Amino acid sequence: MNRRLSLVAALAAGALVLAACGGDDEDTAPATEAPAATEAPAGDDCPTITEGKITIATGNPAYSPWVENDAPESGEGFEAAVALAVAEELGYTGENVVWVRTTFDEAIQPGAKNFDFNLQQYSITTERAEIVSFSDPYYSSNQAIVALAGSAAEGATSVADLVDVKFGAQAGTTSLDFINEVIQPTTEPFAYDDNAGAKAALEAAQVDAIVVDLPTALYISAVEIEGSSVIGQFPATAGGTTDDFGLLFEKDNPLVACVNTALATLRDGGQLDAFAQQWLSDNAGVPVIAVG
Amino acid sequence: MNATVPGMSDLPGTDASGLTRRQIFERRQRRRSIVVAALSTTVVIAAIVILVPMTPGWYRVRRSFFNGETFAETFPRLLDAFVLDLKIFAWCAPFILLWGLLLALARGVRTPALFPLRLFATAYTDVFRGVPVILTILLVGFGVPGLGLSRPWNSPYLWGSVALVLAYSAYVAEVFRAGIESVHESQRAAARSLGLSSGRTMRHVVLPQAIRRVVPPLMNDMVSLQKDVALISLIGPIEVLRQAGIDKSKFANFTPYLGAALLFILLTIPETRLVDHLQNRQRRRTGATAIR
Repeated sequence: MNRRLSLVAALAAGALVLAACGGDDEDTAPATEAPAATEAPAGDDCPTITEGKITIATGNPAYSPWVENDAPESGEGFEAAVALAVAEELGYTGENVVWVRTTFDEAIQPGAKNFDFNLQQYSITTERAEIVSFSDPYYSSNQAIVALAGSAAEGATSVADLVDVKFGAQAGTTSLDFINEVIQPTTEPFAYDDNAGAKAALEAAQVDAIVVDLPTALYISAVEIEGSSVIGQFPATAGGTTDDFGLLFEKDNPLVACVNTALATLRDGGQLDAFAQQWLSDNAGVPVIAVG
Repeated sequence: MNATVPGMSDLPGTDASGLTRRQIFERRQRRRSIVVAALSTTVVIAAIVILVPMTPGWYRVRRSFFNGETFAETFPRLLDAFVLDLKIFAWCAPFILLWGLLLALARGVRTPALFPLRLFATAYTDVFRGVPVILTILLVGFGVPGLGLSRPWNSPYLWGSVALVLAYSAYVAEVFRAGIESVHESQRAAARSLGLSSGRTMRHVVLPQAIRRVVPPLMNDMVSLQKDVALISLIGPIEVLRQAGIDKSKFANFTPYLGAALLFILLTIPETRLVDHLQNRQRRRTGATAIR
């Protein structure tokens, strides 16, 4: 008898799973949560999750040169400076700017967010944009390779020189996609939760080279890992992909339009370039690696 | 069967099919409980199927957790990555069982001169059972290769596996110890009085009984190991959990996690059934009657 009961339960549970998975097309209808509304004029219509305050999220920890000393409140570091400038444009300063921390992955989840916007070098991709919303780009970066002296990646001038290199990168980033899709090495790359893992693997020679965005690469080679250097970068002109970093919002957050206006003001006023100059290393002179 | 089951009041003794009133009553009870079980299951499932989609975020959750397209696209990759999990499991499990058994034996040593051995085994199980597996993996997986070993001795596969063996052998040792201690003292006494040495008593009398008794809890640990193998991804290798995480970030969709969960379940369910089968066979062989 118990067996029959559990059979009934199993059948019913199966029906539930089918009901959940089946018919993807039938209810696209409720998904029409007014995508047009995001285009609403900025004006005073810029609601934040806590009235009178703006809540900004970044990584935990946040890394240099994006946020210096893991203290975004100070406004030191490129992203900290950009975030505070955006907040100021929207009319929030001092204690009305609240910082929270999320992991990289955590923020790319569906549903409500505990921040107004999040910045930790999120590349804008169409897949991500289906779940969350992005602002216009506040920085564009090339992918770059960091390796220790004497590694298999040293002296590479084209992707063909890199196929036998063991790569490492942070999981879930466009850097890892770049390794798999553009470089396509013969051995599978290693992936880590964060760049700290990738850097440890590089130091321990578990990987020959790691792929990160160019400013991070320059910082790692100059400050963090002795004996490492930036082997090269992959600009779009060389067949690589240039990553546009955007501020990340809950899907269809009306605040996006306001922030875009603020970013445009900062860009036109030259502040974005000034922040880049102040906090990011000069990337002129990094060799370009040809793709294909 | 008989279509005309009369009401009980009409029945003096047995009906046409030769069933007693008791049997008819029991059959009716049985049918009734099946109907009730089916009904209540249907109601619960229906409530879930109807109420869950009524939640405001359902269409988003559905799009990001039950996305057929993403599933179809990512599942083959997950399957590939899962092979690595199986490999790691396959080469770790024998070492764990062996090392765990040795530890259990060391803990049971009764010779005064070998007390340090006993002390070591006790301390070992205390430490590795107390430290979360994930920490052991991170410490061993990043720490040891950092010593500057050269390839292949700095491989994360190697040190990740070592960490799993260290951690799981502590659990397994306790299971073996419980089995050894569950063998009645009279068994040892009988063996010794027959002239067996203490070592041979352990080998031929105690262990065969002990191991048989601990097969179910051991399998429990093995199923648990099967899942914890995924933690090796933290130190680089891309196994199924990491692959799912990468695809999750890439598609900004959680369906790959569902695919990974499915793979683990598909593996552990047959394992569990196998243990049930072994148990039943053993019970039949040892002649004990199951009390129902």
